[in-house]
Amino acid sequence: MKVPAGLGVTLLLLAAAALYRMAQAQAPGEFTQLSEGTGRDLTVGRCVICHSLEYIPNNAPAMDRSGWQKTIQKMRERFGAPISDPEAQQILDYLAANYAGKAAG
Amino acid sequence: MLSRRDLLLAGAAGWLGGAASAAESDGSGGARLISLPGKKPLLQRAFRPPNYETPLADLSADFTPNDVFFVRYHLAVIPWVDAASWRLTVGGAGVRQTLSLSLRDLQHGFERVRIAAVNQCSGNRRGLFAPRVPGVQWANGAMGNALWGGVRLRDVLHKAGLGSDALEVVFNGADSAVLPGTPDFIKSLPLERALEESTLIAFEMNGAPLPHWNGAPARLIVPGWTGTYWMKHLTDISVVSSPYQGFWMKSAYRLPTGAFPGARFASQENKDTTPITEILVNSLITSPRPGERLARGARAELAGKAWDNGSGIAAVEVSFDQGGSWRAAHLGRDLGRYAWRDFRLPLDTSKPGSLTIAVRAASRNGAQQPQKLTFNPSGYHDNIVQTVTVEVS
Repeated sequence: MKVPAGLGVTLLLLAAAALYRMAQAQAPGEFTQLSEGTGRDLTVGRCVICHSLEYIPNNAPAMDRSGWQKTIQKMRERFGAPISDPEAQQILDYLAANYAGKAAG
Repeated sequence: MLSRRDLLLAGAAGWLGGAASAAESDGSGGARLISLPGKKPLLQRAFRPPNYETPLADLSADFTPNDVFFVRYHLAVIPWVDAASWRLTVGGAGVRQTLSLSLRDLQHGFERVRIAAVNQCSGNRRGLFAPRVPGVQWANGAMGNALWGGVRLRDVLHKAGLGSDALEVVFNGADSAVLPGTPDFIKSLPLERALEESTLIAFEMNGAPLPHWNGAPARLIVPGWTGTYWMKHLTDISVVSSPYQGFWMKSAYRLPTGAFPGARFASQENKDTTPITEILVNSLITSPRPGERLARGARAELAGKAWDNGSGIAAVEVSFDQGGSWRAAHLGRDLGRYAWRDFRLPLDTSKPGSLTIAVRAASRNGAQQPQKLTFNPSGYHDNIVQTVTVEVS
């Protein structure tokens, strides 16, 4: 059967999405999902270049806004992460809002 | 009988779907148990770069089996090194001739030695730090004891011929970073430590070829020093006459200067910070487990491991009254001074109620496990006295 190219791509994407959902259903929580929030997609997109996402929730109990600020700075300056100034600000706002679990004091 | 396809599916299930949550009570922090290829389920601290911790239940054997030995990487590009075409380069300004050695050259050109030694990550127990510090949140299992087989580093260095101005020996492995701006994981040792009899280039672990996840085909073994120096997938050894300036020496794996005992790495020390070097005297209670219920009147035993920088364990003491009084545990077979030492003591289960057990080890170098943590920002050297509380009923 001949399928129009556009439809073929759409079917492929739908199949991929279905497989991804199946994988998630079989292994709940297997792939770390970051919390919903402004800046999440940017954070995921930049961080996963070098490391998986569980580093973020796993470190949350040790982090406050200043801790994340230092970490983002280290990733940019010492590890060469391709993150622009405005992007760094958005990522910091996202992490500080969602993953700053350090006890005050 | 299982077909090849069943095995593949089973393998895939272990990789994708075989996750199980470990109980909080074993210090796992709720991490999932995941099997890397060739490994049994380990506590997943991070998927990429892979950081997997040995569960407490797998730390009770004299020698930690290869398929449960912890896995620790800094960088995400990890090649499966082909042992047949692998070469180890030994060079740098501090040697007279550069060597390029095959695995066969290494195995047949030098005296073969074996040494039992604890490999402990510098950050083992970081996840137990209070206050919490960033980094891989390890509990107790970023360590293991193995019988390492290989050749002495000093024999290889002497074959290359050392120059009179040699200061440090620099080690690189086959793993690398995703981004060009990320510093490659490269470590150095002071020349004296590199020339010690116990420092090996190992290609065997517990009598088998080194597993991929533990550094195949050859890795550095630095008994008595923390795991950061034990370079995996070794490819380059370079003898230099000035302090190596890379990020992983100058900025990472450092402690406040003077805060801890242990060998000094003088050429890398400054007034504020100094590299972590030797393992501090420490112990681990492997049984009973925290919160375990012991039947009243039944036979029960405390068991665990004690280790240090290779001075050797002098004593392991146990307290049942919050440190008011201590009694000696029985030490097991001495597997070698760099190995851990098994300890045991029968538990009194005649009285019902909760029983809190504290354990402290002492080294032949005079050091004893402290009660109080010496805080340091990277979360290294947690060797404080540990306790477990169990219920007798």
